[in-house]
Amino acid sequence: MARRESPEINAGSMADIAFLLLIFFLVTTTMDVDSGIARKLPPYDEQQAPPPPVKKQNILQVLVNANDEILVNEDYMELRDLRQKAVDFIDNNYKGDCDYCQGARDKSMSENPEKHVISLQNDRGTSYEMYIAVQNELTAAYRELRNRESRLRFGRNYDLLSDDDAKEISKLYPLNISEAEPLKL
Amino acid sequence: MSKFKKNTGGKGPGISTASLPDIVFMLLFFFMVTTVMREVELKLENKKPRATEVKKLEKRSLVSYIYVGAPKQMYQAQFGREPRVQLNDQFARLDDIQQFAIAEKEEKSESERPLMQFSIKADRGVKMGIVSDVKLELRKANALKINYSTEKGTPRPLE
Repeated sequence: MARRESPEINAGSMADIAFLLLIFFLVTTTMDVDSGIARKLPPYDEQQAPPPPVKKQNILQVLVNANDEILVNEDYMELRDLRQKAVDFIDNNYKGDCDYCQGARDKSMSENPEKHVISLQNDRGTSYEMYIAVQNELTAAYRELRNRESRLRFGRNYDLLSDDDAKEISKLYPLNISEAEPLKL
Repeated sequence: MSKFKKNTGGKGPGISTASLPDIVFMLLFFFMVTTVMREVELKLENKKPRATEVKKLEKRSLVSYIYVGAPKQMYQAQFGREPRVQLNDQFARLDDIQQFAIAEKEEKSESERPLMQFSIKADRGVKMGIVSDVKLELRKANALKINYSTEKGTPRPLE
């Protein structure tokens, strides 16, 4: 039996096939990575039980009105100052029982980070963009404090920590943002 | 004369296209790996607001999306210009959100349900009124883990 060479397969159309697939994937897929600000909503309560009493000094009240103006504890404030205000407020340590705080121990601000509450309320006419910006600044305030603490304890930024260490740090500066129902117009 | 004709007459060697499929396949694999399938056809304006403190959404299969925004031009005759909610491929009423949230939960296995997230993809031009309504509906459906979808960047009001 004579060995016969099998005829070569013509690969000329390979490129066409690959182009076809490529174009298919280009059209049907998107590239955007999904990211955003994560939040947890409070469970819905039909009776709307009154919230547990909180000392007035432990509340940082942030109001955003329909003109996108911010009122913090009844004072008008620019958005760019909100982050520092929140940091000062959370880290204030009026009672003095928080050994890692570096706050000013102002008597009009929170007793310690565990007790503080940031109460955020917006109007139905507030723009979404402003709302996100405010949420962003508040989150940034927490991140600043957590980063500072985790660098002191672990020598790394908060988002690089292992899960257990991150839990420890987030317990020191818990995220307490409470959102009230928006004002009706 | 004949001297010159000889030189111009012959064809040069053709460029080999044998590696063309390889190059295209490379591109193909690149796009297959870096992109994801488009889930829905957007019927409303959806430009995200910008924020710096963003977290990446992990486990895409456990994320459900709720779109909020003004209908696109071609749908305005039918649905008006006021911001609306879109679930999956169609416009929905606010009351439909609870149903949607429950249906999405049912799809996932028991062990995965606590990890589910609802991503609110609202257009940066909408007012908080409709977003608050969406949040209230989600609370009623006991879907409490949410995510405000944003782009990375300095928030516009800060600029």
